[in-house]
Amino acid sequence: MSTSTAQGPATDVAPAPEQRPGGRLPRWAPWAAFVAALAVAYLVGLATSTNVVLLVIYTVVIGTAGLYVASRIVEGPRRAVDRLVTCLVSSAFGIAMVPLVSLAYEVIRRGVLRFDGEFFGASLVGVIGEGGGAYHAIMGTLIITLLTTLISVPIGLLTAIYLVEYGSGRLKRAITFFVDVMTGIPSIVAGLFAYALFVIFFGAGIRLGIMGAVALSVLMIPVVVRSAEEVLKLVPNELREAAYALGVPKWRTIVKVVLPTAIAGLGTGVTLAIARVIGETAPLLVTVGITNGTNLNPFEGRMATLPVYAFYQLTQPGVPPENAIDRAWTAALILIMLVMGLNVVARLISRFFAPKTSR
Amino acid sequence: MAKRIDVSDLDIYYGKFLAVQGVNVSIEPRSITALIGPSGCGKSTFLRSINRMHEVIPGARVEGKVVMDGQDLYAPDTDPVTVRRQIGMVFQRPNPFPTMSIYDNVAAGMRLNAKKMSKAATDELVERSLRGANLWEEVKDRLDRPGSGLSGGQQQRLCIARAIAVEPDVLLMDEPCSALDPISTLAIEDLMTELKERFTIVIVTHNMQQAARVSQQTGFFNLNGVGQPGRLIEFNPTEKIFSNPDEKATEDYISGRFG
Repeated sequence: MSTSTAQGPATDVAPAPEQRPGGRLPRWAPWAAFVAALAVAYLVGLATSTNVVLLVIYTVVIGTAGLYVASRIVEGPRRAVDRLVTCLVSSAFGIAMVPLVSLAYEVIRRGVLRFDGEFFGASLVGVIGEGGGAYHAIMGTLIITLLTTLISVPIGLLTAIYLVEYGSGRLKRAITFFVDVMTGIPSIVAGLFAYALFVIFFGAGIRLGIMGAVALSVLMIPVVVRSAEEVLKLVPNELREAAYALGVPKWRTIVKVVLPTAIAGLGTGVTLAIARVIGETAPLLVTVGITNGTNLNPFEGRMATLPVYAFYQLTQPGVPPENAIDRAWTAALILIMLVMGLNVVARLISRFFAPKTSR
Repeated sequence: MAKRIDVSDLDIYYGKFLAVQGVNVSIEPRSITALIGPSGCGKSTFLRSINRMHEVIPGARVEGKVVMDGQDLYAPDTDPVTVRRQIGMVFQRPNPFPTMSIYDNVAAGMRLNAKKMSKAATDELVERSLRGANLWEEVKDRLDRPGSGLSGGQQQRLCIARAIAVEPDVLLMDEPCSALDPISTLAIEDLMTELKERFTIVIVTHNMQQAARVSQQTGFFNLNGVGQPGRLIEFNPTEKIFSNPDEKATEDYISGRFG
């Protein structure tokens, strides 16, 4: 902008014939600008009635403007724009972090109240008021998620293998289209689908753990297909050709060469797909219901799951409500920890199973 | 075990596009046959059609006959997998399996085909193949390391070791030395001369000195223009091709007066 010379790689370093007034702002300039802005904002806040949120907004706006003006005077327009955009990007990051941090803070603060042995060891049988736990819900969530994974991963993985390795023409396009549609299905529809399916065989009012697994599979399969498809596409064709040229049949090439090469990505995709469905509430509400006792058999009767447990503790807390609401928060905390744990597992998988290139 | 290959009236298509037209050639056993010609003239396509690797590409197909010692490779009851077990291939770009160690890469042909071999026999096979590819001395202390950690030239020699480990009858090489330094190239050329006692070797190369050095027969491919199918212009003993070719086009290409 200030420079009219060609934008060669060295213009920035060399003492170019550039009309840049003065030199650089000192390194502490941005901090100083924002501290000063905070002071100004505080004074403004005293004059008007204000709160913390407004104070932060004032500080950011005034600080950015002040830094821009100072930089423009001292360093010239090019660096001033650079500083302005840096401030904007940082602010955007800050705004994006606000809900995340506040959610994590709130869930942890209220969740730790009941994060104790009894919560992990006891169910809600005979509990009125204080105490009680979510052992039944934790086990229910784990069992139903495990069943969902057992249903979804083989179907999803084989579909992806078909799409990448074998499929062509109209059938492939149709499957891709329907997988895309399925990714967008509202979760309650998946729940109603599973419910309607089981009602055909068992009559109205049926509630089973396996129904929840079927409903969640409807949501999980497209996610697995999509991620596995992308990962399998990344396997270089040369590896397949190398195996074919050794006289290896296609199915063995897929099993012994393609899948091991892609195993890191597949593991990551599956783990993230599990994380996607583990917190689903609506379909489980319809299909699995809720119970106060421990039921570990997904083929008989209602089961408790963490999201539904949290939902009922919050909406039907009983009298006095505080105890149940505390339990709901702790259930939410455990759910978040499960999802975070799965994400960590996904990262570990992609690190340890990735093809090694080191010497 | 080397086998003779007779190709008659071979037309090779990519979908509707005729890529190579009317190839008639006899590839002699226990010799090296070089295929030369400009880029895009169908040398590699022809090479890949010999072991039915061509049809791996969707829409690719072949008309005509390829016969190996009386066995029609394109007969309806011929399994392409069986063909590829008899006719090995080394590619232009080195492609070791990234999930396998150097040792496993060499043994891959046996392992992936689920052939049961004792540890000692596998060790022996791996060492023999790696020695054959002039790679043994460089990797013998790190056979358990990943094959993708080797340099490009080493990777290519690993791929050659992998291909000869399955003891094919015929070995196809698609510009195998284009990624190698002169010393490795020389080693591969010596290796080819050694291997031709046992195998039939067909090599595609852009390096005419290489064709002149190693091959006994040379085929020259050319195409008349863009969008035209490639043709086998001349197929003769290497000495004749490089000293007194029948066709003017061959002479022009070899002497650099191409086009």
